[in-house]
Amino acid sequence: MTDSEAGQPEPTAADPVERRRVVSASVTLGAAVGVTALSFGLAAVSAGASVWQACVLSFFTFTGASQFSAMSVVGAGGSAVAAFGGAALLAVRNFVYGLALAGRISVDDDGRRLSLGRRLVAAHFVIDETTAMTTTQVTPRLARTAFWVTALSLFITWNLGTLVGALAGSLLDTQALGFDAAFPAAFLAMLPPHLRTRQGRLAALTGAVVCVALTPFVPVGAAILVAVVGVLFGARP
Amino acid sequence: MSNSSLWWLIALLSLTAYGLKAFGFVLAGGRRMPPVLERCLGLIPAALLAALVAKDTLTLAQAVVVDARLAGVAVAGVAVWRRAPFIVVVLVAMVATALVRAVA
Repeated sequence: MTDSEAGQPEPTAADPVERRRVVSASVTLGAAVGVTALSFGLAAVSAGASVWQACVLSFFTFTGASQFSAMSVVGAGGSAVAAFGGAALLAVRNFVYGLALAGRISVDDDGRRLSLGRRLVAAHFVIDETTAMTTTQVTPRLARTAFWVTALSLFITWNLGTLVGALAGSLLDTQALGFDAAFPAAFLAMLPPHLRTRQGRLAALTGAVVCVALTPFVPVGAAILVAVVGVLFGARP
Repeated sequence: MSNSSLWWLIALLSLTAYGLKAFGFVLAGGRRMPPVLERCLGLIPAALLAALVAKDTLTLAQAVVVDARLAGVAVAGVAVWRRAPFIVVVLVAMVATALVRAVA
């Protein structure tokens, strides 16, 4: 789209081409996320969850970082409260995404507001990947396509990947194979986008240092919750 | 953790995650937060993910330990730096950890 088109009615002729591009990008992202789900399934089972529990978690929680976090604390022998706390804190960003997406996704192609039921369904899919795909589209129509295709594609691959990974994990000797290293590696892989700013790097460094320093003195998993003090670097612009 | 606690955790986490998504999307949608709050909430993943890396690399229950996992995470760090795909990062960490265990 060129500058001269900005503010014009949404293009219709070029739409099919653009739509195909968006659909193909969304489906490709889904495939990549399916592979991440494989490692989640493996990691969840190695942490002590059953195949069934890993699948239910992926279906209903459907936000990767929180799921990995909860299973990591469970695997370390932490309490349910500690496991819940860290995972819930990570899910707060989905609230922020919801604020950003509401204006883009809450209306249909004719500009009518979606029914409450459909908005409640859409809410389940407000995650990192749908937010990234939706907010980078140049027209509202493409944004809606990106949201729904990414949502559907990721929901399928995330749940299938979890099932396959969990089944595989239940058949293997997870300790001998170094599966306990899957968790920190997964968290490390999720970290780079959050380290782009100086504040992000300071928050990360603080979180890591506080967590290790407190571990001997607090119940298992609780150090994660205290590590969230790192966010105070955001207090000043 | 007992099986029933794990189920409770799964149920509560699912409800909370959905509640947070729906609260932002359906109820509060379109509004802006105070900038300070927005900046602080935006830093949660940085602080928590780094804490989780540290916890899963350097601690076992309440003890701080250095073991084969550190080698795995170091290799994973190189993979992340080289922009390797997610699954490659996880696999090289597992393989490196298992190799160090096998040798040690």
